Amino acid sequence: MALETVKKAIPLSTNHAIANAVKDLDVDVISAYPITPQTTVVEKISEFIAKGELDAEYIHVESEHSALSAAISASLTGARAFTATASQGFALMHEMLHIASGLRAPLVMSVAMRSLSAPISIWNDQSDLFNARDSGWIILFAHTAQEAYDTIIQAYKIAEDQNVLLPVMVGYDGYVMSHTIEPVITESREKVIKFAPKKQYPYKLDPDKPVSIGAITPPEYYYEFKYQQVNAVNNSLPTIEKVDEEFGKTFGRSYGLMECYMCEDAEALIMTNASYASTLKAFLPDIRKEGIKVGLLRVRLYRPFPLQKFIEYTSDKKTVLVIDRAISYGAPFQGPLANEISGAIVREGLKLNLISVVAGIGQRTVEYEDFLALARLAYEGKKHKETIFYGVRE
Amino acid sequence: MEKLVSFKDMAPGGIVVNPGNSLEYKTGDWKVLIPVINQETCTRCRICWYVCPDNAILELDKEYTTKKNRKYKVSYDVSSDFCKGCGMCAQECPVKAIEMVPVEVA
Repeated sequence: MALETVKKAIPLSTNHAIANAVKDLDVDVISAYPITPQTTVVEKISEFIAKGELDAEYIHVESEHSALSAAISASLTGARAFTATASQGFALMHEMLHIASGLRAPLVMSVAMRSLSAPISIWNDQSDLFNARDSGWIILFAHTAQEAYDTIIQAYKIAEDQNVLLPVMVGYDGYVMSHTIEPVITESREKVIKFAPKKQYPYKLDPDKPVSIGAITPPEYYYEFKYQQVNAVNNSLPTIEKVDEEFGKTFGRSYGLMECYMCEDAEALIMTNASYASTLKAFLPDIRKEGIKVGLLRVRLYRPFPLQKFIEYTSDKKTVLVIDRAISYGAPFQGPLANEISGAIVREGLKLNLISVVAGIGQRTVEYEDFLALARLAYEGKKHKETIFYGVRE
Repeated sequence: MEKLVSFKDMAPGGIVVNPGNSLEYKTGDWKVLIPVINQETCTRCRICWYVCPDNAILELDKEYTTKKNRKYKVSYDVSSDFCKGCGMCAQECPVKAIEMVPVEVA
């Protein structure tokens, strides 16, 4: 960041950056249930409401299942709704995840990604979010507190677009991001609302124009509704791209659908997301000094998957090493993202060597030496049939 | 058979934009037995109308005079569209005026 930019910034954790975004978006309904490491998001929002900085309905619910239920219902009445979660709470929401996307509720949820019990662990990995990858939501990852703030704003503009009408979740790493303070530029509500004006759900509950929501759907119709969702998720991609571009024009910051960092002269890419991407950005100059020509392929938009961007960025590369921080037990590759990349390689007939690495499970820290070792592995470009469980004690 | 609409012509999210259309959804096409109400012995107590879980007992503004010259202002009938043939009306009828008969006979 340039000095003038830094001067405008305020110190915020990613959780507080998200709370600020919710305030600046003038969200109408927040349903809240605390869970580590998300808690300070809803805690901060409650402070904003108490101080009169945000005029919103704040619903204290008795579980995350209810948190998402309330947010869905609010959204379907035409309100701008928000909730946040992580880990066990996210898992408890699972039923409602599908209902949110099935009902096409344009709400936004932030996820401070965390490992899943058992054995219980409060620390970071991405098991919670990757468990929900097939729930029909638009899924974005942020890799800095600033990007989290900006992405929450973008998320409402995407979700409420009348051609999209899908819930959006924004994932970021628990603790490593949620509780780490970074400089963040926040914008005025006026500017934010001008960028993302409230657009109501077109079939909202309205006594003057009654509709039925959530009716049972027989075999003659159910499949067609699901196919509508297939198209809605796929067709949202150009909107997501356009919203990011417009955001760039308005606020001077944009991120693209997928980011390739130190990419041009790289022979191999390490594909990762969230905090691993920001960490690797810091490490790459030193890794390059070792003569290891690798770059970073950062996953920002995960659903819908920006396949064309992936093809574009990997077209002249020999190897892509995918780091997964979640485990798909018993799958051909046990990293869920690696599994999908292998599908993309087959679909497109790419000549790309894929190395699947699982790391950082339960926040087993990946240090500089570890990234260096992984970069070396990618640069060597050998074939590895099995997923590498990096850092596990033999 | 009615022509089903394309996914392109359906409102998103399974939303029913024309509420009340469950009236068009005939739920009684799988019954085996259907009640037949004897207007002669029926005392118009309305118990069948109350107990029917599908609102399939119809109270009609149709006068009826029994052979013993008793006059009633209403008659009872059964909606074949919604009766599932459960027989609760026949079971509860205090004067046994309702008989369950095979659909093909009725």
